[in-house]
Amino acid sequence: MSLATALSGAPTPSPSPSPLQPLDSGTLRRAQHLAIVAAAVVVGALSWLVQGTSPNWARWIVVTLLAYCIGIFVVSRLVEGARHATDRLSTAIMTSAFCIVLLPLVSVVWTVVQRGWGRMDSLFFTDTMRGVVGEGGGAWHAIVGTLIVTGLTALMSVPFGLFTAIYLVEYGKGRLARAITSMVDVMTGIPSIVAGLFAYALFVLRQGPGARSGLSGAVALTVLMTPVVIRATEEMLRLVPDELREASYALGVPKWKTIVRVVLPTAIGGILTGVTLAIARVIGETAPLLVTAGLAQDTNLNPVSGRMTTLPVFAFYNYAQPGVPPQNGLDRAWAAALTLIIVVAILFTVARILAKILKPKGLR
Amino acid sequence: MTATLERPTDPPGLVPAEPVGKAGDKIFGGLSKGAGILILVTLAAVALFLLKEAFPTFTTDDLEEGFASYVGPLVFGTIWAAFLALVIATPLAVAVALFTSHYAPRSLAAPLGYFIDLLAAVPSVVYGLWGSSVLAPVLSRSVYPWLADNLGFIPLFKGPAAGSGRTLMTVAIVLAVMILPIITAISREVFLQTPRLHEEASLALGATRWEMVRQAVLPYGRSGVISGAMLGLGRALGETMAVAIILSPADVISFNIIGTQNPNTIASNIALKFPESSGIEVNRLIATGLVLFVLTFGVNVIARRIARAGFSGAAG
Repeated sequence: MSLATALSGAPTPSPSPSPLQPLDSGTLRRAQHLAIVAAAVVVGALSWLVQGTSPNWARWIVVTLLAYCIGIFVVSRLVEGARHATDRLSTAIMTSAFCIVLLPLVSVVWTVVQRGWGRMDSLFFTDTMRGVVGEGGGAWHAIVGTLIVTGLTALMSVPFGLFTAIYLVEYGKGRLARAITSMVDVMTGIPSIVAGLFAYALFVLRQGPGARSGLSGAVALTVLMTPVVIRATEEMLRLVPDELREASYALGVPKWKTIVRVVLPTAIGGILTGVTLAIARVIGETAPLLVTAGLAQDTNLNPVSGRMTTLPVFAFYNYAQPGVPPQNGLDRAWAAALTLIIVVAILFTVARILAKILKPKGLR
Repeated sequence: MTATLERPTDPPGLVPAEPVGKAGDKIFGGLSKGAGILILVTLAAVALFLLKEAFPTFTTDDLEEGFASYVGPLVFGTIWAAFLALVIATPLAVAVALFTSHYAPRSLAAPLGYFIDLLAAVPSVVYGLWGSSVLAPVLSRSVYPWLADNLGFIPLFKGPAAGSGRTLMTVAIVLAVMILPIITAISREVFLQTPRLHEEASLALGATRWEMVRQAVLPYGRSGVISGAMLGLGRALGETMAVAIILSPADVISFNIIGTQNPNTIASNIALKFPESSGIEVNRLIATGLVLFVLTFGVNVIARRIARAGFSGAAG
């Protein structure tokens, strides 16, 4: 039996078929397979008729998958035998798991678009919440706050992470490098609220209890973003072939110039991709900003003093404390959520484009 | 005739050359090393500052409730919710990882894997909004009453089910959705690294695809999956916003996950109470944050230890 048929999972024909039996006897034919799928879909549709519960497309999919798994196992067991029935069941289960996991993703995107689209108007993007009770209001101050805080975070964490990664890859060989690597691992695991509390405690030193500022939020986000930048940069730097470095050294180029002129430009695509993904991660952080930058109703351009609202905090407060009547607050929250998802999607796309454009030819 | 080789000598008057770029190397190397040391300093600072701000909690007389009884239900809620999320997420994650690494058609495998990674891109506050306004009502209409009626003898599902659906089970499901991409990504990497020869040997002996996976892939990937699960657990322990938005909290220790009395988690408690707190209450919240830090630190250390031990064991 060739490897191709083995990998496709088709069972071997039984040892001594009579000469008049077709070669594929004892296997599940394609038509039978499709019939089972169709039957499962019908059974799933029947779940809509279950009394007392409202129609639910998610339940339809789940029941269909369940019916398919059971059906394929039973039929395959009768036609093909126990081993192949188990194999078909495993394939069915893996595929079902994948479909089930996609359900929340589709549901989240659908919900946010459906509920947030209504308030994606120009007022939302130009107005603030100053003096707004009930209808209207906007997220301009939150957008500005997000830009300022994220900008400061990137400004602090990118050089920090870049130089640490350079140290780990190019310079560090001993105990210090091992200790730093372990600590970077620990830093990736810090809960976001703990990073926020740290930044708060740090600024309490200088500004006393109850201090709120955009810079404080940026420090918290730096603690969260730097390890991500370090990991991504490290990977990219390690991918640069040693031959490039050694050729540069052989020409008499000093080490720092080699790193700056040879290694970094080669790895820059991957590094920028990693940084973009890290920014996409911290732009949605709410918890650390709750305890550091806080909530403000108006635009605050000063990062070192005063509360500064960011988009996720804006969404949270409009949802948790929508005011009266609540629908306005909820609408604003969903619109902010939709804006966040769009921004993250754009960042992800930018990261992929960067990776493609800046990929050096001949590398991996 | 033998040629004698003379040791070459420098011509007289030659000055030994200075190494090129010495200053630049010193500065650059110093910057890099400084950045690395700053990492250590930062982590030490996190521990120290948290300790400094949390310390008054343990020495004060202003709080009526002892710290242990305050943080006890929170620790229980944190671990319980994270454990439930892990139980839900890990089998699904392993199945999805196997799907993308071994079962899906090769041409579709990469795009399909990308979709799963999109789950990690959604901000946690959006998951909180979705869980609270979509998932909770759906579950409280369709699932929880059924559980309370039919499986109510199990302490987990003791009725009556909360009408709003904002229970620990909903939170656990949302947390599972959030940590699933992490576990899937690590598991998929490990499954893809299974030695090809092992897989082909299994198939050559007539195994079906499932048997091959069971014999060659899963044993090889076991430690990687566990390490990924521990990382997911760490993430679930620290997750704040989804819990804060979805859960309707109470100060209890209870195993009932569909009822109205649900224990809160440390992170969610901090997020909800911090903005309006002042004085010694702030110190107490920071003290609970310190407990959470130690908890996640411990989980991460265990995860790394398993990852390291596992890889050397798998090679052997």
